[in-house]
Amino acid sequence: MLYHFGTYLIMLRQIFTKPENFSVFRKLVIHDIYDFGINSVGIVSFMSLFVGAVVTVQTAVYIDSPLLPKYLIGLVARDSIILEFAPTMIAIILAGKIGSNIASNIGTMKTTEQIDALRVMGVNPINYLMLPKVVAMVFFNPFLIAISMILGVIGGWGAGVSSGLCSSAEFMEGVTMDFSTFNVTYAFIKTILFAFVIATVSCFQGFYTKVGAIEVGRASTRAVVYCSVFIIILNYMCTQLLLA
Amino acid sequence: MITIHNIKKSFNEIEILKGVSFVFNRGKTNLIIGQSGSGKTVLIKCMLGLFNADEGNIFYDDRDFTKMNLSQKKHIRKEVGMLFQGGALFDSMTVEENIMFPLTMFTNQTLEEKIDRVNSCLKRVNLENSNTKTPTELSGGMQKRVALARAIAMNPKYLFCDEPNSGLDPRTSIIIDNLIKEVTEEYNITTIINTHDMNSVMEIGDHILFIKNGLKEWEGTNKDILSTDNPAILDFVYSSNLFKKIRASQ
Repeated sequence: MLYHFGTYLIMLRQIFTKPENFSVFRKLVIHDIYDFGINSVGIVSFMSLFVGAVVTVQTAVYIDSPLLPKYLIGLVARDSIILEFAPTMIAIILAGKIGSNIASNIGTMKTTEQIDALRVMGVNPINYLMLPKVVAMVFFNPFLIAISMILGVIGGWGAGVSSGLCSSAEFMEGVTMDFSTFNVTYAFIKTILFAFVIATVSCFQGFYTKVGAIEVGRASTRAVVYCSVFIIILNYMCTQLLLA
Repeated sequence: MITIHNIKKSFNEIEILKGVSFVFNRGKTNLIIGQSGSGKTVLIKCMLGLFNADEGNIFYDDRDFTKMNLSQKKHIRKEVGMLFQGGALFDSMTVEENIMFPLTMFTNQTLEEKIDRVNSCLKRVNLENSNTKTPTELSGGMQKRVALARAIAMNPKYLFCDEPNSGLDPRTSIIIDNLIKEVTEEYNITTIINTHDMNSVMEIGDHILFIKNGLKEWEGTNKDILSTDNPAILDFVYSSNLFKKIRASQ
């Protein structure tokens, strides 16, 4: 465990070295933003709309009392989506989608000697392969989470209004009531940390895998599991540090 | 010229290389031969710096590679071309991008200059008009030729080939062997080939190092190999019944 953590720290030090060629680095970042970010907009939008709707319906069911005002539905849905669903749940979904992709991609490169080829050419494979991924993830994930927050609330509004659980005005009153911008800041701090974890842990699993198809598959699974575990632990730590 | 002196390498206390010394000559195809597990690949990886030798020295001309720091090694690596066993082409790139890769990373050439160099390398390996293909669209032999084109793109002084014929039919193997030999002589490169293909040995073996159990067992040329009485090399060369019958009939 300690050995792996040490190796991970050494890897981090090698990631954050000066890129060999900045124009190549820029192209790789743009490619990775498209690959990991733009290509994830669909799944993030779909999940956010429906989870926002579910959160609203569940909230409405649980506060079905004449003593509680209807605007609470919007308020609870907003805070659930901004504080937890968008940053944490979407990060876990992205750990599955992007983490396994990164680990299997780098693992396959190792198995097929492409990483050795980079090294023989004089290219630092850790910096060349990982830094663009880390930068792309850390840069684009906040946009994905912002999309998720907006669509989650829209999904909740749609579900609440269309099923007659609350009126549009009541829902919007709850959404705008006592709005704290710090909650959004907190969500984005978590998002950036989670993006960093997904990129680096998945790269680590792919890069340090043993060679062979079975090992690449295992590395991919490990990447998703470890990313999810670290996200959950970091989520708790961030909540303690920033909100408690 | 590359000189190795008393190279030793162990993994988990199992000694793979037990002190190998040899001189790989410039402008010649130098072959490392031996049975599977004899330490050929470990030796080549030590020479490339992919493994650190436990003991011994590796001289690229008169520069001691084992005493160099990372940036000095990086400088040497820009003079090295490598043809990997499976080609090791970047599958996310086209043939053109693969060959252009070292030029993009390490030179300030314009796009036109790089494309000219790519086309001349592709012409050299008889693969013109394959620029836009991806590695998955190529046969094994074509992949090896593209890998060779990538290896010579930077005009290397040293060319390493790890089992260049593995997985290829005998005819394609000879094409690859001859290409390597032609490139070696044309650009006056120090070429080191790791192989256990006897066709290659007889066809292009200018200078041969035979390794057995991590030690140099024999060295010589492809002509010497037919007349040697070294039992280990005779056992290796005449391991098939066909070769045994040929030898018996001589």
